[in-house]
Amino acid sequence: MAATNNEVWQTGTIIAVVDMASGIKQFVIRQSKPAKAAAGSHLDLMIDIEGQPTRRSYSVVAQSEDLWDLTISVFQVRNSRGGSIAMHQLTPGDTLNITQPIQNFPFRFGAKRYLLLAGGIGITALMEMANQVKRSGVDYEFHYVARSRQAMAYEADLAELHGSKMNLYIDDEGKTFDVSKFMDLVTPDTEVYMCGPIRLMDEVRRTWAATDLDITNLRYETFGASGWFDPEEFLVRVPEKGTEVLVGRNQTIVEALEGAGLDVMSDCRKGECGLCEARIIRHTGTIDHRDVFYSEQQKTEGEKIACCVSRLISDGSAASIDIILS
Amino acid sequence: MAAENLNSTTTKITNFPLNAWYVAAWDYEVTRTPLARRICDRPLALYRTEEGKPVALADACWHRLAPLSMGKVVGKDGIQCPYHGIVYNSAGRCISMPAQETINPSATVPSFPCVSRYRYIWVWLGDPELADPDTIPDMHQMDHPDWAGDGRTIHADCNYQLIVDNLMDLTHEEFVHGSSIGQAELSESDFITTHDDKTVTVTRWMRNIDPPPFWKKNLADRFPDYQGKVDRWQIIHFEAPSTVCIDVGVAKAGTGAPEGDRSQGVNGYVMNTMTPETSRTTHYFWSFQRNYRLESQLITTQLREGVTRVFGEDEVMLRAQQEAIDANPDYEFYNLNIDAGGMWVRRLLEKALQAEGRLGTRPEAGWPGE
Repeated sequence: MAATNNEVWQTGTIIAVVDMASGIKQFVIRQSKPAKAAAGSHLDLMIDIEGQPTRRSYSVVAQSEDLWDLTISVFQVRNSRGGSIAMHQLTPGDTLNITQPIQNFPFRFGAKRYLLLAGGIGITALMEMANQVKRSGVDYEFHYVARSRQAMAYEADLAELHGSKMNLYIDDEGKTFDVSKFMDLVTPDTEVYMCGPIRLMDEVRRTWAATDLDITNLRYETFGASGWFDPEEFLVRVPEKGTEVLVGRNQTIVEALEGAGLDVMSDCRKGECGLCEARIIRHTGTIDHRDVFYSEQQKTEGEKIACCVSRLISDGSAASIDIILS
Repeated sequence: MAAENLNSTTTKITNFPLNAWYVAAWDYEVTRTPLARRICDRPLALYRTEEGKPVALADACWHRLAPLSMGKVVGKDGIQCPYHGIVYNSAGRCISMPAQETINPSATVPSFPCVSRYRYIWVWLGDPELADPDTIPDMHQMDHPDWAGDGRTIHADCNYQLIVDNLMDLTHEEFVHGSSIGQAELSESDFITTHDDKTVTVTRWMRNIDPPPFWKKNLADRFPDYQGKVDRWQIIHFEAPSTVCIDVGVAKAGTGAPEGDRSQGVNGYVMNTMTPETSRTTHYFWSFQRNYRLESQLITTQLREGVTRVFGEDEVMLRAQQEAIDANPDYEFYNLNIDAGGMWVRRLLEKALQAEGRLGTRPEAGWPGE
């Protein structure tokens, strides 16, 4: 229903861990203060990365009928920021601090037609959404994109549940996803819910923006966890503070600067709100804009960067960036 | 635990089911100028799209919670926050953030299912998946061509259930409304109570009695020469969670009204629907509809004004009752035989609350999941 961002922290106990696909583990977590997870909701949790408690967000895949147990699935990203590696080491009986479900990706009843688009681990945000759409009895299609069948979680269950509504695109089987063909399916009264890597979502958003379609009918969620390039280590300098620090592969600029003792403004930490904005003095290498705050044009101009998610990539020489913080 | 609860105490401050349609406003009240109204403890901003579709949004901007109802409608179906100019569409989705080139994908406000029917705007604040307009209580007399009438809104200073109690047992008319519709025969006559999963009906016939002043006047509007005794009826139809439509009237005594022939009488429907504002205040929407002398605006106005006076007497009693309840927290309610209708209503409400997992919670406990 509505977006809520009330944070109520509780203890989560891992009660089951299952390998779902190559690199993907599913965790069933028992809540200590059970709350309902509406379709589209996620939970935040604290996981230790190299001894540092770090916050991560994971979509709720399912919930037990009695509300106690939440299911999440975690993909161990190649060149992970570290969260997924630590998550994959959890075993039944382990406890961690988790929030009650948070809703920033609410489903709306009343559309004439729904299209769901999932890429990779983004499937987790759309599992319950798909159940809701199916129950509503309205026309829908579900499109699911992945690199290989081994890397697809829930694919068999989904195929059984959604039958001919389910469309799989598997790169290494030669069936690739074509954004323009997908966009042909979008009518003015279709609502699209998507979650996946930023590459996929950016392409859909750009294509959508070039049409007359109502921009609010494209709903998506990003946790700022994916970029155009694999994360690399790079140098960030804040000349006015005399600060120079390496941003590790598992860190963001905000985290690295905080680690160096700077007080950096930020809020959403997923590239949405723009509070972590810094002005760019100069940089070497390529900026990997991972936010949804700046427009395409602003990203091309390259004058500002969202420090909570965006990164630098070397292009021959080492990457570095000099910035002015707000 | 549940089974005992359903049969035991009489709750003094009844919580409200959320999986239900409630009247938020008269249809004429919702316009292109936003209206602020609190429904079930939830502040709403009500307005209409350019096409005339009613919209109910949570009355708090996603950004800094400024009331959207203080803003203005913009474009085809938008509303603009009066503070920083953020615009939402009727689905509650942000369509403009003035100070940036993109829109934060999380920027939404709750939008509630909203339907215009029977001269009212109905809203559904519970699980939107269950919001079926076919479950709106039947109030067809409000705008059916066979009926005419008008009403008003009372802002009642009491829990909504106290008004339902009031309407389910009309023996109070003798004491509260002695100068208009009350008479001793109300308490003296027998009544029959029936119920199903969603409705409760209380039927009372008073045969061969002198009509009280209100009914004497109404009968004379149709039969100016008749001076004799009447058969009077009150058939109270409750529909969950809080709509009470009362089939009332008198007919010339002995002309067959109790057997179904009302041709020698006058028939009205007192339409009442109560919408909780808070646990202790209620938007009470009422109208008096009649199916005779439809051409007379004078009678419509006279009836509306007459019932306004009668309900003013209830308003005073209900406020005093709520104050006494709050002033005596250690005292419980006791029940009488005349409360049968109201007690079946309580059973239905308790079942509805139990289905929502909210039985036994107090209205003040706040919104589930928030």
